[in-house]
Amino acid sequence: MSLQVSELRVHYRTLRGDVRALDGMSFELKDGEILGLVGESGCGKSTLGKSLIRMDGRMRHVGGRVVLDGRELPISDDRAMNEVRFKEVSLIPQYAMSALNPTRKIRKMVGELLRSRGAEPDTAELERRMDQVGLPREVLDRYPIELSGGMKQRMVMVISTLLDPSLLIADEVTSALDVSTQKAVARALLGFRESGYVRSMIFVTHDIALTHHIADTIMVMYAGRLAEKAPADVIVKAPRHPYTKLLLDALPEVGVRYAERRLEGIAGSPPSLLNPPAGCRFRDRCPVAGDECAEDPPVVALAPDHHVACWKA
Amino acid sequence: MRRYFGRKLLIYGLTFFVAVTVNWMIPRFMPGDPVASMVARANVSQPAAVEAMRAYYTSLFGLDQPLITQYLNFWGALFRGDFGISIWLFPTPVSAVIGGAVPYTLALIVPSVLLSWVVGNRFGAYAARRKLLDNTVLPVGYILTAMPYMWLAVLLAWALGVIAGLFPVAGGYSFSMRPTWSWAFLLDLLHHWTLPFLSLFLVALGGWAIGMRNMIIYELESDYSAYLSALGAPARLIRRYAFRNAVLPQITGLALQLGVLVAGALVTEIVFAYPGLGSLILKAIQNKDFFLLQGTFLFIVLGVLIANFIIDIVYVVVDPRTRAGMAGAQA
Repeated sequence: MSLQVSELRVHYRTLRGDVRALDGMSFELKDGEILGLVGESGCGKSTLGKSLIRMDGRMRHVGGRVVLDGRELPISDDRAMNEVRFKEVSLIPQYAMSALNPTRKIRKMVGELLRSRGAEPDTAELERRMDQVGLPREVLDRYPIELSGGMKQRMVMVISTLLDPSLLIADEVTSALDVSTQKAVARALLGFRESGYVRSMIFVTHDIALTHHIADTIMVMYAGRLAEKAPADVIVKAPRHPYTKLLLDALPEVGVRYAERRLEGIAGSPPSLLNPPAGCRFRDRCPVAGDECAEDPPVVALAPDHHVACWKA
Repeated sequence: MRRYFGRKLLIYGLTFFVAVTVNWMIPRFMPGDPVASMVARANVSQPAAVEAMRAYYTSLFGLDQPLITQYLNFWGALFRGDFGISIWLFPTPVSAVIGGAVPYTLALIVPSVLLSWVVGNRFGAYAARRKLLDNTVLPVGYILTAMPYMWLAVLLAWALGVIAGLFPVAGGYSFSMRPTWSWAFLLDLLHHWTLPFLSLFLVALGGWAIGMRNMIIYELESDYSAYLSALGAPARLIRRYAFRNAVLPQITGLALQLGVLVAGALVTEIVFAYPGLGSLILKAIQNKDFFLLQGTFLFIVLGVLIANFIIDIVYVVVDPRTRAGMAGAQA
């Protein structure tokens, strides 16, 4: 087992009370597995990604454990986490376009960052990895402003994985890219796993179609909780949770004209996480909800790799 | 790069031209007649003698010529380094009068501007990360920066000069001394220099510290700082990067503030009767001394322009983004 998350609860402190962004998440990630984490905005997927590497000032770890390679991560202790960051857990942030210091040449920045973590910069290795993602070597002697968006994105990917972390969190890395660049990024991430630069990966996104191509497993989150987790093919072809089904139905299909039929979204909006209602959180929008949904649905294993939190599944 | 500096030089040249023209105009359109006051100073009672003196002075200063000729002559003389003859200290040439005052003003402005900038930035960056300092010392900074230069000067002169008696409150050096290159005289200079320097330094210090504190907080919240922290980089490295980026707007601020700082220095000089350009301007106005006034203004304009040009160059050196803009960005 590479990563085990059990009953993780992370809240945002606000003036009006705690926002329960993660409310008892449990899942496992095997060695070498790529987990696609999908869900709509505000479902807690970015919060989960951040919790595993660096919580920001408003986040509070309320309960639950995170164990990576048999060692518990001190996720609420910013200082103790420093040792783990970059070496064990690394991040490709959502804001890769602005993640590089604008007043340092990239070679110098990478060198300073590595040395600050007690690692000697290895130019040959760095250049080999840049070749792999198709970055010209002279990029190292440029300032970030001189690179295009896609180049910055790839540069950040190379930098984040330089110390061969066990777990890589890729947070919405394709959101700001056009389709052809998305493909290149997805392929590069798969290449990183093949070359052993990263062992396993959590790929946070709201793009199910893209996730399907690179992830082994897809985990669907809803309102701070796990809705369904299954191998990518199963999620796409045989989803069991009503939310997953509606999410897939909301996607346009290639080659289908939507002249007769309007593309359906999911009616309603997710509940406020400030004071979430008791019971299943999808109840209000769920077409098959019944009386038993007034109670919290437990996460059950329908198959060895297929977990669903729904009474009706 | 060459086009950039070419354009900058053109702009500075134009500014200089306009400044010199305005500079020439102001005293001439000011109310009052300098020749009349010179004649009056001579205390002559015979009308014929008064008339003769008036004619002599008017032609001596070239005031009998048409305005346009005066203007052209002014430019001609300027390029020969001839600023005319002072009316107040007749017949000393203006260049000599200014030459005697410039070292005092420079000795006051250059250290106070540079030191307050450096210390203010360091201090602001430090305060941004300490809640205690942020809540106690920075409000003092707000008070300091809101203070008019001359008022702080008066306060300092009163507290440290009159009450405590630690420093002299007026002059560039003691009346009992002659300017020589002796240690005693240099110490005396330093002693007289301290209070005017301190008042300039303190007022500017508060402003820089506040600006830097806000910039550092902004930079520490920026994406590259978040990325570095996510990769476990030590706070030292992140702070160093933040400082480097936060200092850029402060450099721009320095360029913008220079004019104000110089003006503040001039007023402070008057408070302490410090023998620099500020006191000279006051004397020139009091005595309707056109030529001296023009000469000092010209010097100040030149000084501010040169300082701005230096800052332009420094900015290009420290911010790679301005260089990228000049060369045309590469894809």
